Parts: sequence; C-alpha cells; structure tokens
Amino acid sequence: MNNPDPISVFRTEAAELLEQIESGLLDLTRSLEDRDQIDAVFRGLHTLKGSGAMFGFEALAAFTHHCETAFDRVRKGDVPATHELVSAVLSAQDHMRALLETPNGDHDAMSAALLDNLHRAVNGAGSPTPITTVIATNPVVEKAGGLREWRIRFSLPANAMANGTNPLGLLDEMRDLGDCRIIADTTKVPELATLDPRGIHLAWDVTLKTEKPRSDIEDVFIFVMDDMALEIMEVAVDPPATALVDMPVAKAVVVTEREAPAVQAANDSKQAKSAENVRVPAERLDEMMDRVGELVIAQSRLTQLAGTAADLGLRSVSEEIERLSGELRDTMMVLRMMPVASLFSRFRRLVHDLSRETGKEIELITEGESTEVDKTVIDRLADPLVHLVRNSIDHGLEQPEERLAAGKEAKGKVILSAHQTGGEVIITIKDDGRGINRERVRAKAEASGIIQPGATLTDQDLLQLIFQPGFSTAQTVTNLSGRGVGMDVVKKTVEALRGTIDITSKPGEGSTVALRIPLTLAIIEGLLVRVGQGCYVIPLSAVEECLELSLEDDLRSRGRSFISLRDSLVPFLRLRELFRTGTQPDPHQKVVVISTGSERVGLVVDQIIGDHQTVIKSMSKLHHDVVTFSGATILGDGSVALILDVTHLVAAGQQQEAQLRAAG
Amino acid sequence: MSEAARKIDYDAIWGEEEDLSVLTFNLNGETFAIEATVVQEILDLLPETHVPGSKPFVSSVINFRGKVIPLADIRLAFGMDATETTIDSRIVVIELDLDDEATLIGIRTDKVNEVTTLPRLASEPPPSVGMRWRADYISCLVKRGGEFIIVPNLHAIFSSQRDRTGTATAPN
Repeated sequence: MNNPDPISVFRTEAAELLEQIESGLLDLTRSLEDRDQIDAVFRGLHTLKGSGAMFGFEALAAFTHHCETAFDRVRKGDVPATHELVSAVLSAQDHMRALLETPNGDHDAMSAALLDNLHRAVNGAGSPTPITTVIATNPVVEKAGGLREWRIRFSLPANAMANGTNPLGLLDEMRDLGDCRIIADTTKVPELATLDPRGIHLAWDVTLKTEKPRSDIEDVFIFVMDDMALEIMEVAVDPPATALVDMPVAKAVVVTEREAPAVQAANDSKQAKSAENVRVPAERLDEMMDRVGELVIAQSRLTQLAGTAADLGLRSVSEEIERLSGELRDTMMVLRMMPVASLFSRFRRLVHDLSRETGKEIELITEGESTEVDKTVIDRLADPLVHLVRNSIDHGLEQPEERLAAGKEAKGKVILSAHQTGGEVIITIKDDGRGINRERVRAKAEASGIIQPGATLTDQDLLQLIFQPGFSTAQTVTNLSGRGVGMDVVKKTVEALRGTIDITSKPGEGSTVALRIPLTLAIIEGLLVRVGQGCYVIPLSAVEECLELSLEDDLRSRGRSFISLRDSLVPFLRLRELFRTGTQPDPHQKVVVISTGSERVGLVVDQIIGDHQTVIKSMSKLHHDVVTFSGATILGDGSVALILDVTHLVAAGQQQEAQLRAAG
Repeated sequence: MSEAARKIDYDAIWGEEEDLSVLTFNLNGETFAIEATVVQEILDLLPETHVPGSKPFVSSVINFRGKVIPLADIRLAFGMDATETTIDSRIVVIELDLDDEATLIGIRTDKVNEVTTLPRLASEPPPSVGMRWRADYISCLVKRGGEFIIVPNLHAIFSSQRDRTGTATAPN
C-alpha cells in the first residue's frame, strides 16, 4: 500500500468524478440554468478526460472529450442546457463507467451511437433561441466585450512540483490570455539554511488585461485548483462601451462580480476540505477496531491490578490510560459512522431512470440524510433499499391517468427517510400509490402453497407474506421487479444486520416499509449480569430498571411467573432455568426489567455486576441456530460473555404470558 | 452423498499432488489428520464459555486473539464419547470456508502429534459399507504403519452441523 497502483487510484478517483458528474447532471434536470452545476459538470468531465489520457485510458479520454466539448458550449452559452442534452450526457456517463471498467473492450459501436445522440441533443436544440438564452443565463459573457483588468493572486502547495505541476507553464498560459504583469511574492521564501530546493515557496501576483471571461482564467488552474490558494478579482471595470440605457444591467453585473470572489473563496475552502480526507480500506478500520477492543480489555486488567496495588504512581498512570483508551474507543466508533446521504444519493438516478422507463411521474423526497449509521450497515443496505424503492415504484405507484382518476396528483411520491431513535436507525420507504392488494397477496400465497387456502391470518402476517421466498404478485414480469426474487433476500439481509422490517399499507393511499436497524454493529453499552457460573450482557438501551426479587414473589410465582410492578403485571423468565445452569439460585436474586417499546419482561439473574461497554463480536455461523444471543463480547479477564437478544427474550416472555393467560 | 460425489471430494483433497502435508492428532485413540494449510494455530486449553441452547457439537466459544470463535468437538460427529481433558489436550484452530466466508473454528483434540506428509499411494476413499462412521464425513483413509489415519471431511461435517434442520439423514 506504500506504492499504490496508480491505475487503481485513478479508477477510484474516476469513479468519484463520475458520481460528482452524475449528481451535477441530476441537479441540472431540476434547474437547467444553474451555472454552478454546469461548471461543476464541465470541470468533472475536463479532469476525467485529462487524467484518463494520463493513465492510458485513451478510449475514455477520447469519448469524454466530446461530452466536454458539448458542455463547454453550454457553459459558454452557445447552446442552452436542455433535458435532452442532460439525458444524453447521463447515458454517455454510464458508458464512461464501462470504458473505465473494461478499457480494452469493444465499445466503438456504443460510443458512436451515444455521440450521435449527443450531437443531436446539442445541435437540435441549440440554434432556435441562442440569443435569449445567452442573455438569460450568462450576462457576464454578454458584457465581456471590453477589455477588463483582473488581479490574480495564487500560491501553490509546496509539493506541487513533485506532483508534476510547473508554475512557469501556468504563467505562460496566462500570458496567452492577454497583457500580463507578473510579480513574484518572495515573502514566504525561507532562510537558505532551511530552504527545501524541491518545494515552491513563491506566490504570484498577476495583473492581467484580457477580453476573455473569468472562466478562461480559471481554466488555467483547472488541474491544480483543488490544492492551491487562488484569488481572482476584477480590478476596475472599463467605462462601459454600451449606451447609458444599459446601465442598470451593468450595475447588476458588477454586483455579481463583486460577490464572485467570496463564492470562489468558499469553493476553495470546500475543495481544500475534501482534499484533507484520507481513503482507508474498511478492513483496516475493522482491524483497528479489534486492536482498540483488545486495548480496552488489557486496560481494564491494568486497572484491576493497580486497584489492588498500593503504588500511587501506578494508579495515576492506570487512570490516565483508562481515560485515553476510552477516548480512543469513542473516536474509533465515530470513524465508522457515515451519513445515510451517501446511501440515499444513488436513488436519485434510479428514480430518474425508472421514471423514464415506466412513464410514471415520480418525485423522490429524502429526509434525515445526515443521520449517521455504521459503514457496514450502509454497504449492506444498499441492495435491499434499491429493491424496495423499485417495488414501490413498480408495484405501488399508478400510472398518471390512473392517479388522476383516483383524485391524486399525477406525480407519485416516494419518500425515503431516516431517523434515529435510541440505539436504532429507522429507514422508511413510503409511497402514495395504490397500496398492497391483500386479496391478491392471499390468492398468490395460496396458489404457491405458502399458506393453506382459507387460513386465518392477521393483517400484519398477511403483509409479511411478501417476504416469503418465491413470492411475487406482479401480473407481468417487468424489467424492474416481479421476478419473484428479492423480497425474501431483503428480509434476510435486514435480519442479518439484527434489524426488522415492518409494513403498513392502506388501500388507495400507499404503503410504508420501515427498516429498523441497530445503530452500530460494533459497540454496545450493556449491563453485565451473572447467571449460575456464566456472565451475560444485557444491552443497556433495553434495560428499564433493576429490582430485587422478593422472597414472596419468588415463592408465589412458582406457578405463575409474574411480578407486580407499579400496578402492572410483568412476566418474568428465570435465566437460570432457561440456560439450564444446574446451579442453586443465589439468596438475593435480582430482576432486570427489559422492554422493546411497549412490551416488558423481567429477567431473573443471580447477580448484577455492573455496566460494561465493549466491542461486539458476532457469533460464528455455527451458532446461528442459537437465537437467545445476538453476539458475544470479551471481558476484562479475557473470558467471553454472551450478549442477550432482547427482542427474542421479550417475545419469549410475551408468549409465556399468553400461555398463562390462556391457562387461567 | 453419492459415490460420484465422494469421489470428487477425494480428488479435491489430493488434487494433482502426490503428497499431502497434514497435522495429525488423536481423538479417543484414533489418529486423525487435517491439512496443514487450514491449521492456524495450536493452543493450550483456554477458559471456555458455554453457549446455552447450542448443539453439543459446538457447545462453547473461546477468545482467540480477541475474536470469539466456536469450539467444536468433532468426536460427536463420529459418534464418539467426549473424553476428560488431560495435560496433553490441545485446541487446534482451523480456518474453513463456510458459505464463502472464512470462519475460524477451534477443534478439541486429546493430543497433537506432528506435521507430516501423507503419500497419495497409501490413501483410499472411505468404504461405503462396514464403517462405524458416516462415510461422507471422511475424505479418505491413509494407511501408515499398522493403522489407518482418518482424514475427516471438515466441510461436510461443519456444513451439515450448521444446517438448522440439524442432522441430515445418515446414509446406510
């Protein structure tokens, strides 16, 4: 990893660029006049072309060149941005991905077809209203008739030359733009003794007189812009050559010009920020997480030793290390968290494509994008979510005319939202379509033998049938969904993340699918308890209270295991019996009351040891049949404690309650 | 498992090689051998954590370098009785692909002997009849000295034990 393969680095970067381009294009479909987005897309294409050629992706570079040219014309105002153009570039951008993946594949026919498409989009729409468009979108260019004076200050990062940037080349390019006075700023040059001859210590102050617009000056720096400090200011506007009547327009333009440097500075700082990010392979994070976990364990042993020793110095060091390792663990946890925005963003494209494919008008609304989830969760949820969104659009939303007939807006809505409650993140996919047709679900399930004909099912059970393997209600198999695979896979994936799926659906009003996923897969705050000889961890988020099991309750409950807790009866489970420890109960047993939402259950344990925060280790596949535990953790003495699966225990308790009620 | 499938397993373990490098160990007086390439480490006995409700075959877990791994007793797959631990008892940690996922598993042994090579010429597929054990749990038998060394088919053992339905119907 010290010498990363440049090709793979380029691929990663190119993939990111393509994502930026795509998101820019999708933004453009909303507001075609958005200059920033047009510029962003152009810059992305330009960089992709440049670095593609540099790394030997000739086909990609050549193909991208045409798209860049098209966007350059848009940027200069020769051609208006149209939906056709954006779509053409979107599909061209997919092709770029293919060129990136298999640079040696046979792509010529595809390239030609797409370019043809692109040219039609550019030329077909370009000519009719060029002048008005130019005025509307780009008053700056319109005004750029006269000679203007720009003051450009820039400095390059010290290692720029090592990365292949030649400042003389940049200066030459600026000279080409017009009359140029260049002053080198030598104030930052260090003493000779400390001078690094390979670094750049100069800054430049350039006064440039040119007729060219600002964007041309920016283009000079296009390859180095991300890392450098650049300031472009218009010094003085030449007396307008245009008539007085135009004054208001000119004034407006001046205002935007003055604002421009500020915007530019903001952009610079944003770019600088993104340049500070470091890409780290996920498995290294996992490794580090393991190390931190081991460190925490070793540290708690140290604390134990220090506690018994009389040495004050040792104690203070141990406390210091305890604090540091705690902080390290917290930092580590945050490292793994990512906003769900990265998950949601990919759906914009999906919805855009599906909308075209199905002829349905769809609006995608995303909420709670800043909610943070463990990276693993994000990675694993991507495919299930795609499937759910596709299902909503394909099965849920109606055709526009059908919607209008039902008294709804022609445009169907799909709402993708995320929010955090306690230790869980809830991701919902909601549509305002026709809802799930219960009759059809039932008929289908009966036909495929999933349920007995005429079986009585609760509404929720009936809806859950769609997660059965081999179930599909689509009458016609479409490209999108309805192949009878998927929903069961969705359910499996979510369950593998220790999550659950709920469906609600109202006929004619739409359906909501809610995924509840634990916030992190890695760390748990738990209550450590002892049952017999073994230690177990109960997730603290589920613990409501702890109390002593009184002798009367213990004796009276031989027949019915209930305790009364502030006027309500709570069923309880004796973990000693559940785990068949074969030991005698402690004289003072404790009850830990746990809950999931409204349902509560008490767990009788021998001893409550205390709270305990540690790294969750998943159980191996060989133990997947053991449902009582959701994982394991390593204690201070190096032994393993199992983590209780609260949902399962509560269900078991409720079941027991139901049985007891039925019995009498 | 059909005769043909067993043949494939047999070929899979030997491949093109004439010699197989293995670690041999004892279980209830029988000598077993597992491929040296899957062995990660040999451990002294560690504190174990019993998993209530699990199958006896994998009844506990251990802490292996900060990872929680299951401890399996393959004696039970061969219908042998569990024996008392002695000072010779060791845990052999192996890495096995289960559903394309590398899984670490500890195996209890009575005694670990040596790393050695077994020649292909001395090996034979398990007989389909006349054995106390399930034939599909055995990759091959290798004759050495006066005894047979059993090369267990770890994939078959752990895959069938992992099934939720538990015991696959035994052949014969």
